[in-house]
Amino acid sequence: MSTQRPEPETETESAETEAEADAETPSERREAAKRRRAERRERERVEEEERAAADAERYHLKVFRYDPEVEGKQEPRFDDFHVPYEQGMTVLDALIYARDEFDVSLTFRHSCRQAICGSDALFVNGRQRLGCQTQLSDLDQPVRIEPLPHQEVVKDLVVDMEHFYDQMESVEPYFQTTDRPEEELEEQRQTRENREKIKTSTRCIWCGACMSSCNIAAGDNEYLGPAAINKAYRFAMDEREGEEMKQRRLEIVEQEHGVWRCQTQFSCTEVCPKDIPLTEHIQELKREAVKSNLKFW
Amino acid sequence: MHEYDVIVVGAGGAGLRAAIAAQEAGADVAMVTKLHPVRSHTGAAEGGINAALRDGDDWEMHAYDTMKGSDYLADAPAVEALTQESPEEVIQLEHWGMAFSRDDDGRVSQRPFGGLSFPRTTYAGAETGHHLLHTLYEQVVKRGIEVFDEWYVLNLATTDEDDPDERSCHGVVAYETATGNVEAFRARDGVILATGGLGQVYDHTTNAVANTGDGVAMAYRAGVPVEDMEMIQFHPTTLPSTGVLISEGVRGEGGILYNDDGERFMFEHGYANNDGELASRDVVSRAELTEVNEGRGIEDEYVHLDMRHLGEERIVDRLENILHLAEDFEGVDGLEEPMPVKPGQHYAMGGIETDEFGGTCIDGLYAVGECACASVHGANRLGGNALPELIVFGKRAGRHVAGEDLGEPQVTAGRTPNAETASVDTPVSLGEPWGGEGDAVADGGAAADTATAVVERALDRERERVERLRDRDEGAQHADIRAAVQRTMTENVNVFREEDALKEALVDIHAARERYRDVYVADPSSTYNTELIQTIETRNLLDIAEMITVGALARDEFRGAHWRKEHQERKDDEWLKHTMVSWSDGSPELWYKPAVLEGEAKTYEPKERSY
Repeated sequence: MSTQRPEPETETESAETEAEADAETPSERREAAKRRRAERRERERVEEEERAAADAERYHLKVFRYDPEVEGKQEPRFDDFHVPYEQGMTVLDALIYARDEFDVSLTFRHSCRQAICGSDALFVNGRQRLGCQTQLSDLDQPVRIEPLPHQEVVKDLVVDMEHFYDQMESVEPYFQTTDRPEEELEEQRQTRENREKIKTSTRCIWCGACMSSCNIAAGDNEYLGPAAINKAYRFAMDEREGEEMKQRRLEIVEQEHGVWRCQTQFSCTEVCPKDIPLTEHIQELKREAVKSNLKFW
Repeated sequence: MHEYDVIVVGAGGAGLRAAIAAQEAGADVAMVTKLHPVRSHTGAAEGGINAALRDGDDWEMHAYDTMKGSDYLADAPAVEALTQESPEEVIQLEHWGMAFSRDDDGRVSQRPFGGLSFPRTTYAGAETGHHLLHTLYEQVVKRGIEVFDEWYVLNLATTDEDDPDERSCHGVVAYETATGNVEAFRARDGVILATGGLGQVYDHTTNAVANTGDGVAMAYRAGVPVEDMEMIQFHPTTLPSTGVLISEGVRGEGGILYNDDGERFMFEHGYANNDGELASRDVVSRAELTEVNEGRGIEDEYVHLDMRHLGEERIVDRLENILHLAEDFEGVDGLEEPMPVKPGQHYAMGGIETDEFGGTCIDGLYAVGECACASVHGANRLGGNALPELIVFGKRAGRHVAGEDLGEPQVTAGRTPNAETASVDTPVSLGEPWGGEGDAVADGGAAADTATAVVERALDRERERVERLRDRDEGAQHADIRAAVQRTMTENVNVFREEDALKEALVDIHAARERYRDVYVADPSSTYNTELIQTIETRNLLDIAEMITVGALARDEFRGAHWRKEHQERKDDEWLKHTMVSWSDGSPELWYKPAVLEGEAKTYEPKERSY
């Protein structure tokens, strides 16, 4: 798909100037002038892009664009950017370059640049990845960059994360125990083995890659999803919460749209940028749930 | 208009802790943050949290180490508050479920860290900040505290008495990223700024792209003095190509620094004959750069940090995250080869002047965490002292704003009779080239007005400002201006500072200000317009850059992180004082106040500082 749009012919240009003269209010005239200038800028951008494309030392990106309120972007499209390659360049670096040098309106979330804030989960060459953690040199060209699938697109590469956050917050994602040490300066004890057991589950950065890759979540909006179930696992397996809380945690994940929906396709595990064995955690909760139910028979 | 008792701006460690404390003290709290809370940069902190928890250690030793580390520019009452309360705060985190690394007996594990006389750094692998941030956010969720995420605070709503000490803050004005709406938030009891770092003023930094010093710049323009801004910490071990942080924990566990000749230079070239790699950060950063400058650097740029001898088991147990970072961002396997490291901007010791409860000179305005300066770090922060600062001062400010009586502060906020005025010879005029009109924060109306009127006026002004930026459709682009500031700061106001270079930076910053007058936002959209937000952030960075540089130029001595080529000694008879910068009708005014070295039980006498 090309970004080349027919250039406005001189006729339309002059027509516009006339329209401008006829325009009722100064603000309408300003608007019209602003639109014209925006079109000119867009033309210049495309020309610059074409010049850049001729340069062999560049990486070719195809980036998804959409903005509900800007003319020309209301229909989703792909834009081409040719970004000069430097050793060690990541997808995020390339996007920042494209934004700062070619098109300031290119929009994506990012912050830490080091795979800990979880802002820049994207769909790159058909797979969920963090932009900052993905080397361009590992990718085939053109590099297709899209927003996370199965989530509503707000603009360009930005998706609405509300549903993800709601699912995360529905599993009582906070430590609960009835049994705290008496002494104010006394910590709860936790064995090294137990900390090791929950270690990977605590690494989640809430990026949403797993949820976006999950076929079940795509078809069932109420499914808790891998990240929220992993959060439940992190507490259910933490010996400091105690047996009673563990039962409560198991009840939460056993609900209709909980662990039993998982069909072990492993796509969440495959895309997790923090290497959390998500599917394994979901399976373990299934086993624990069965075991605890058998106890009551 | 949204109305709450307390508005917390920013939702990193300090903001979250403050919100929890204020809510526990009975206040109705809302958090307003430009990112979602779990995206905050506290999550990137790696090393640990200092707390005197064990036999053989006590808060006095921690306070002594901190004062020595600060090169005697910290204020003892604040330092002692930090070290006395850090243990209970760490245990509180553990009670909230934080997954600390553990010893064999199941207790929270501690490791050695730079500049500490006892191994008192508690940690959770090499991702302590991530655990801290998520644990605190979990508690905010549990308590149902309202969070306005992806709302960017543009300004404070403050009255405009002539004397900043008589002003009051009644709320904030914020921009909703998703929709472009500008709305007002009134705070009945007070506003707590917890906006974090300002590393984006440099181009080689461990800081996130979001760390643009917004809170510091807003408080500054509202008339709050800003303290010790020249004191910028450069972390000795960051990855050369990206600035990604490699934790001090690597050296804490026994990692070694080598130069190109394979020498363990911290010892062999006499930079720190006792503590070697575990000297404080300013010492190690200077040592590395000296090695590079004298031709013993690797590729004339960096040195090696080697942890291979620690063995795979220990590395995976305590530093696993470091392996991932070295692999992902430098393509180096830390188990097989040494890691390339060089100093990078990491932390701002200075910030908004506060007392030890987080209060500023403006009534109802508080600041906590990295954006604040109480001051617990003085001229050099010890590794492992930033995270306890977040939780201790977050808690204190949260309680104070909600009306708890915490006693009389010993640290002053605002002008005092013993303030010393100063001036410095600069090559260009500083501040706004067009005077302060329309830009100062504190013109929201006099105290006679109702609080609501003050907030509404601030709202109108910010709506106009956003409109103005959007209306223009040609001019300068913020990205170029920001890059120019980052370039000159990295080149001229770095680890080693020379007078001519500092002056050159001021000239460049002045030129960037001139260009900023013509800045415009090209993206017409009101949906998720990140360009607009970054343009306003860049305005804040201009003030930050200028404050750092002018403070550095005026301080003609060598103290802590502040090294001056022309002034190679610490001048205690003249410089045991804090650099203060106040916004005065559009230009910065420089003054000084004495450092407080008298603590509860003892006075911290400045000594020769060696490691």
